[in-house]
Amino acid sequence: MAHDEIRLTLNVWRQKSAGQAGKFESYQVTANTHMSFLEMLDVLNEQLNSQKKDPVAFEHDCREGICGACSLVINGRPHGPMQGTTTCQLHMRHFDDGDTIWIEPYRAKAFPVVKDLVVDRSAFDRIIQSGGYVSVNTGGTPDGNAIPIEQEVAAKGFNAAACIGCGACVAACPNASAMLFTSAKVTHLATMPQGHVEAQQRVLNMVSQMDGEGFGLCSNIGACEAECPKEISIENIAQMNREYIAAVFGSNRQAAK
Amino acid sequence: MNWVVKFLTSSLGKKLIMSLTGLFLCTFLLVHMIGNLALFADADGHSFNEYAEFMAHNPLIKTVSLGLYFFIFLHAVQGIAIWASNRNSAGGSSRYKGSEKAKTEASAASRNMMWLGVLILAFLLLHMAQFWLKAKFTGLTREGDLYYEVSLAFQQEWVVIVYLLGLFALSAHLLHGFQSAFQTLGLNHKKYTSVVKAIGLAFAILVPLGFATMPIFFYIKEML
Repeated sequence: MAHDEIRLTLNVWRQKSAGQAGKFESYQVTANTHMSFLEMLDVLNEQLNSQKKDPVAFEHDCREGICGACSLVINGRPHGPMQGTTTCQLHMRHFDDGDTIWIEPYRAKAFPVVKDLVVDRSAFDRIIQSGGYVSVNTGGTPDGNAIPIEQEVAAKGFNAAACIGCGACVAACPNASAMLFTSAKVTHLATMPQGHVEAQQRVLNMVSQMDGEGFGLCSNIGACEAECPKEISIENIAQMNREYIAAVFGSNRQAAK
Repeated sequence: MNWVVKFLTSSLGKKLIMSLTGLFLCTFLLVHMIGNLALFADADGHSFNEYAEFMAHNPLIKTVSLGLYFFIFLHAVQGIAIWASNRNSAGGSSRYKGSEKAKTEASAASRNMMWLGVLILAFLLLHMAQFWLKAKFTGLTREGDLYYEVSLAFQQEWVVIVYLLGLFALSAHLLHGFQSAFQTLGLNHKKYTSVVKAIGLAFAILVPLGFATMPIFFYIKEML
């Protein structure tokens, strides 16, 4: 065996559909240390395909850490043991020969399992639809620099905008709270002048939608920011709290539903 | 008033109730601890009994204490309700099989606020049965001498141990709760957060420590 190959035991959560009970299945895989975690799972699936077995369903898309499609809880940690990376950016060199790896889907009532390691994260889409946008008049292309924005303001907005909506915060939170995600979107748009106009209505709608999806409440534990692949800070949650309190007490607005 | 109900039943409204009631209870702890230092003022307990007499009959204190009972109740009931609904949202506490190996970034106190709260509540009920109930309803061993009641209680080893355990739970609860209350109010800012956290740390250590000196003092005094 080449020196850059490792033999692993994978305990993978297998579940046929949302309604059926799932269980862990154990697999042996030989992986190259230069592979990403997802490539290692590709190897497992080729193995399963050649044995005429059902491959493991998992989500992936860009495989470069910007789309937010990949998920997985690896050895109890969303996106695995490394700081500030997604599962697709996790490399097998961080594991040792003979390791046993537990691979599970995100667990939250608001993220029901679709199949195996795939969960339905459409609750996040509905939170975005409720207010995570700015209204822009159609017409000619706006001038890029028509609205001057201070560099510091832009940087703050960008830091919050770095959220890729992967849901690791919900998976990491012992309460399955979606407040890091929602607050990142609220802060991002409230910080920028383009989003400032609709800020009050936005926070009311997004919090209301978040509550309706069945996520838990934040208890300021901080597990979310520790696991977030984009290292979004819980300062954003404080800002969302401020925005919400100001919108409730300082305006006549109400959440759309 | 629909919007008020809506706010108070929203996720952030529920958090705000926990935060504000928690901070109110913090101010109570501080006043209670400093007031009780009168136990050390003189050996016959004259100052402490006078202080207790004042606290029991001052109309302002009596009004505030009604609020105190209500806020303790609200903080406890709301806290347990939030814990139950959070558990439901997350699908149980040990939801990941692989988590035995995982190192956790969050403090043990922050993950166990409900259990610490229940311990504190149990301690509080015992504490009130020992002093508040006797002073107000069933009668003290010696009429008007709460100091004697305190010294009597703290001669018992188990009482001292239970008090120290209760105060330890209180300290852990405050360690997370104090700074968490500010975060919930939206007061997280690079300029102030380090100060809030430092005050929270000092508060969580010094207030329970101040209380702890009282059972220890009477226990040792009796032994000598």
